[in-house]
Order: sequence, then C-alpha cells, then structure tokens
Amino acid sequence: MLDTLQSFAGFVVNIDLLSTYGYRLLLGLQITAEVVLISCSLGFVLAYPLSRARMSKNVFISSPALAYVTFFRGTPLLCQLYLVYYGAGEFRPFFQSIDLWWFFRDAFYCCIFAFTLNTCAYQSEILRGAIQSVPKGQIEAARALGLSGYSIARYVVFPQALLVALRPLGNELIGIIKASALAAIVTLLDLMGQTRFVFAKTFDFSIYLYSAIIYLAITQAISRLWNWMELLLSRHLIAGRPATMVLGPGARQGQAALDPLRAET
Amino acid sequence: MSWFSLLFGPTGWGPLLLKGTVITVLLSFTTVPFGFGGGLLLAVLKLSKNRAVRIACDAYTTFFRGIPDLLSLFIVYFGLQSLLNMSAQFFGDAWRIEMNAFVAGVIALSVVVAAYSSEVWVASLKAVPAGQSEAAKSLGLHPKQVFFLIVLPQLGRVALPGLGNIWTILVKDTSLISTLAVMDLLRASSEASRATTRPLLFYSAAAAIYLIFSIVSGVGQAYLERRSNQGYA
Repeated sequence: MLDTLQSFAGFVVNIDLLSTYGYRLLLGLQITAEVVLISCSLGFVLAYPLSRARMSKNVFISSPALAYVTFFRGTPLLCQLYLVYYGAGEFRPFFQSIDLWWFFRDAFYCCIFAFTLNTCAYQSEILRGAIQSVPKGQIEAARALGLSGYSIARYVVFPQALLVALRPLGNELIGIIKASALAAIVTLLDLMGQTRFVFAKTFDFSIYLYSAIIYLAITQAISRLWNWMELLLSRHLIAGRPATMVLGPGARQGQAALDPLRAET
Repeated sequence: MSWFSLLFGPTGWGPLLLKGTVITVLLSFTTVPFGFGGGLLLAVLKLSKNRAVRIACDAYTTFFRGIPDLLSLFIVYFGLQSLLNMSAQFFGDAWRIEMNAFVAGVIALSVVVAAYSSEVWVASLKAVPAGQSEAAKSLGLHPKQVFFLIVLPQLGRVALPGLGNIWTILVKDTSLISTLAVMDLLRASSEASRATTRPLLFYSAAAAIYLIFSIVSGVGQAYLERRSNQGYA
C-alpha cells in the first residue's frame, strides 16, 4: 500500500528528474521563444497587406487573399508543417540551385516558415475585423474635413482598430505559443521536443507536468499582461473595454467574435 | 508514376487515405458528445454555490486552455497508461488493459474540448435570463425540470456560434492524434508519402480533404445558426 502511494507521489513530483534534466527544458524554452517571437512578428508585418488585399474591391486581389486565408485557417497546422518540411525535400535540386536549401533543410527555419504563413492568415482576419469595426461615418467625416488617406488611417482608423484587435491578437500570440509545440514532431528540440526527449530517456511521466507548468506560466503571464494593457489603453472609454471579446487564453477563436462573415472556414 | 495513379490507380493509396478520412471524421463526431457534454457539466459546476467545486473546475479549464493541445493529449494518453499500469500493480493482472489508441484519442480530445467548450456554455448559461428559471421554480418545477425543460432548450441557440468555433478547432486537432499511432488521415498520408517518397502530393491531398471538411462544416454551422435563430430576428 505504502509502495503504491509512494509510486503515485513519484508520478507527480520528482525533484531528481528536474535537477538532472531541468536545463534541457530551459534550452527548449529558448528555442520555443525564438520560434514564437520571429514567426509572430513576421506574421504581423505580413498580415496588414494581406488584410488590405482581403478588403480590396478588386476581385483578382481579394479572392487569392480569401483563398490563402481559407486554406491556412481550414487545414491543421501540423499538415501545413509537414507540407513545408517534407514537401520541400522534393524540390531539393531546385532549392540547391537557388542556394536556399540551407533554409528548408533546417527544421527550425521550416517551423518559422510554416508558423509565419499560418499566423499571418489568422492575424490578417483579426486586423480586417478590427478595421471594419470602425464605423464608416467616421471615415466619411474625416474625409469631409479634408484629411488625407494617411491621416485618416493614422489618426482615425488605427487608434480605434488596434484597440479592438488587441485582445484577439493576444489570443493569437498565446495560440502560436501553444501551436509551437508541434515543432517537436518535426524533430526540433523546443520545449516540447526536449520534454519528449527526456520522457524517451527516463519514462518518467512527471516531465510532462513540469513542461505543462512552464507553458501554463507563460500563457497566463501573457493573458494577465494583455488584460492590463487593455485596461490601460481603453481607460478613455466610458463603458470600459470593448465588449466584443471575452475569451481568455482560449486559443484562436477570438477573432471569430469580430468577424461578420464567420462562415467561410 | 503519375499523381493520378498514385492516388486512384489499382495499387494507389486512395483507399488508405479514404480510411484515414473516415477515422478522422469518426474521431471528430465521437468526441462531440463527450467533449461538449463534459463542457456543459463543467459549466454547471462552475456556477455552483460550492467554492471548492468552482475553483477545481476553473483550475481544470485554466490548465487545459493554457498548455499546448499536443501536450494535453500526451498528458492524458501517457497519464492514462501509467495509471492503468499502476492499477494493475495494485489490483492484480485482471486490470492490465491494453489501451485502444482510438479510445485514448477520443478521451484525450474530449478532455481538451470540454475545457474549451465550458467557457462557451458558461457564457450561454448566463445569457438565459434568470427570470426564466425563477418563473419555472415558482410554477413548482423540480430543479432538474427547470434545467432540462426550461434552460437547456434555450442554451443551444446562444452557444451555437462558440461551439462551432470549437468544432473547427476539434477537427484540426484530430490531426494531433496521428502522433499517437491512430491511422487517421494525416498518418495515412505520412505512410503513403514515406512509401512513395512523394510527400508533397500526399500532404496536399490530406490538406485538400481537411479543407473540404472544414468548408462543409462551415456551411453546416451557418445553416444551423440560421435555423436556430428563426423567430428571434
């Protein structure tokens, strides 16, 4: 009986394991942070032109953007990652001829590539929803006052749109942190990858719980930070925060609350 | 070989992909009652008067929403396995059960989906006006009757958009089960691409099938939402 209890306690807490392999988790955490930060910021930069393309009145511009967004939001990220990581191998001679093979040979770059394309699609929808949430009358009024296109964007649309987009963008950041665990499946030794490595070596289940605690701490911290930022930035609004989004670190459903044409994926 | 005969020829991989698609669809639909049902149960418990129950349920949701879905699946899968092994040690060999990968996958997905959907259920439980259940109570209905006859039928309409979002997440999350040795669509295409060294072809095929599945469910959701909103305008 005591043995069973002890083995159950060891199942949950194992300090030896942490002192032996803890540094591996930290090494993995660094890789996770790099992948997430690079792909999220690249995705954000690319998302704005994509959202403009999506809102364009020209069908030849808006429909490819719609196809892109539908594809990346409608298929599993793991499948997209496999497409990039394994699919690139089929073009090896081509990539070698243009001297890009070093990029697609490396799991790290492949992950960044796939995650960037993916998050770009999600973020562009967030931005589109936010930009379209600014009432048309405001833009018309600004135009009537003689403001230039740049001034309208800079002083009228963006300050309001980015406040609306803040919460879903935070959810997207959390979503990408969670999704970055998939990198482990294509052999990258990120936090999840190191966790799997340690588990394969020791068969000690508790390493998964330690890893979970690290992920949880990060996502919770970001969630708190975002709550604080939102409070800070929306304190001029009498009614408080934008009421559209009430989702916590609930992954990537945030933008849907904003999206008037939610049906397409 | 041409891509056509690789997929549809007599020795093609089409049938395997088809089987994988069936597994993926089955996984998604089997998870729904447990995942959404579990989420509703969690939501009711979250609104309970007992503080300990509330805290426990909130902790569950925070935990599974705050860690990667892949990690949740591994924790549930390997955790279940270790627990089964331990119970075999304790209760004897009659408890030495081999875990079926499909069942384990459904359990793991349900755990995650329950955590996600409980938030949607909480929001929609709060959206049903309190006057409804008060009126029902004053008419002498049993608390069970109040919940099942008055509150529950009104939940669906409010919860539908949120649950639809979680359904699309669920469909995509089934691909994670391929790492647990379930022969779903993604794993089937992995097998095919390993055997033929044509990963681009087979992963594109898988992506196309997933895409069709999500577009169809999007259309289905829009239909359901329209239907459930009839008379509410």
